[in-house]
Amino acid sequence: MDELKEIIKNYVINEYLEPDSEPIDYDTPLISGGIVDSFSMVSLKRFLENKYNIQIPDEKATPEAFDSVNKIAELVRQFVKV
Amino acid sequence: MAFSDSVRQLYQEQLKALQQAGIFKEERFIHSPQAADIEVEFPAGSSLKKVINMCANNYLGLSSHPEVIKAAHEGLETHGFGMSSVRFICGTQDIHKELEKRMTEFLGTEDTILFPSCMDANAGVFEAILTKEDVIISDRLVHASLIDGIRLCSAMHDTYKHSDMEHLEQKLQMYQDKRLRLVVTDGVFSMDGDTAKLDKMVELCEKYNAMLLVDDSHATGFIGKTGRGTHEKYGVMGKIDIITTTFGKALGGATGGCVSGRAELVEMCRQKARPYLFSNTIAPVIIAGILRVLEILSATTERRDKLEKNTEYWRKGLTEAGFIVKEGDTPIVPIMLFNAKLSQDFSKALYEEGIYAIGFFFPVVPQGQARIRTQISAAHEIHHLDKALDAFIKVGKKFNILHKSKQEIIEMYGM
Repeated sequence: MDELKEIIKNYVINEYLEPDSEPIDYDTPLISGGIVDSFSMVSLKRFLENKYNIQIPDEKATPEAFDSVNKIAELVRQFVKV
Repeated sequence: MAFSDSVRQLYQEQLKALQQAGIFKEERFIHSPQAADIEVEFPAGSSLKKVINMCANNYLGLSSHPEVIKAAHEGLETHGFGMSSVRFICGTQDIHKELEKRMTEFLGTEDTILFPSCMDANAGVFEAILTKEDVIISDRLVHASLIDGIRLCSAMHDTYKHSDMEHLEQKLQMYQDKRLRLVVTDGVFSMDGDTAKLDKMVELCEKYNAMLLVDDSHATGFIGKTGRGTHEKYGVMGKIDIITTTFGKALGGATGGCVSGRAELVEMCRQKARPYLFSNTIAPVIIAGILRVLEILSATTERRDKLEKNTEYWRKGLTEAGFIVKEGDTPIVPIMLFNAKLSQDFSKALYEEGIYAIGFFFPVVPQGQARIRTQISAAHEIHHLDKALDAFIKVGKKFNILHKSKQEIIEMYGM
């Protein structure tokens, strides 16, 4: 169990999915799959920055970098050791 | 030649892809004025067909009202056809200021500025009043024009789940470090016909020191006891910081929009909103017609009362017939079919029965929530609604969806 990925996945489920949404896994395309619109990812970025006390520069916070739990975890790991 | 064969081919392929995906939009040509009964040429080249219009935003039936047409004729004579200028050079007439004043009174705000359309109002307002130090928090189902306006603005943007007040409160708490917070919602949501809980939203905005913007395009003129809009319905007139709305729906249905609200915010739009600064405003002939519309609405609530009765009648009829109707009390009445192809086939079958109503599916509505959206008008008489209901029931029987659950319809037709 990867704690960082679980934290991200749970945030995505609570923040963006509806009760009757299809389940997601670490590779589910979130933005390109139409599950989350790119605007709404702002709150996830802010959540991660506050939780891990990091700053993710806007140029790194692209829709591609936020497109799956795995990719988001990879991005966060560039800035913090978790 | 810059438009080479390969460039042409690239666009042809993109257009073909839209057709293959079933999302290629085709216009239907109407040969009569906008009304409950219209004459339509569809497909292009076919003979004219008389149908009942169940999908116009002509909520109050004023689009072709004789008094409005007469006022427009008079306006054309007294104020001419065009202004050939933007507002701040030499494009402002007395009647433009008159309409701004009348809208301020009608909506119960402090000031109003006209825009060429509500799309332009929404495109211009955010950039004019916010900076990158601020945050916009919007409902996830707001209209596309608000999304575009927000994109043009440098403020941070976040969203909350549709009409979820707990989620909105969390977001307001999260952004207390920002200079300004602006909460954004539609008054009436155009695809579902539900209303924003403005009483609760005003309370939250006061608690967390946020401004509130409401796009009331599907409400101005008929929602609330005297038709002032969603803020009247929820008892919060005077407490909405910015209302954007359109003249292209209930208020005569021609063109134009406005931003109405706090005097300083309206003045900021006058100084900085680009669609106001760099485009001609609403043509004089249209202004004259809209002024007459407001006179009609201020004199009597007869039309919005008739619309309310028609809406109740239509919702009751559909529900009793066994359709799944989205709950609500606005004249936007969606009949849920869930499957995209079914919504298109259903719309075609209705057209054959003389009823003009459009099927909507992804991406206009969420995946698996395809529907026929009907819109009721004060121009409808009971005989129109009865005829439409008969057609809906006939087509509903044909597709075997009456008195069926969502699950049963999905089992038959798929998501």
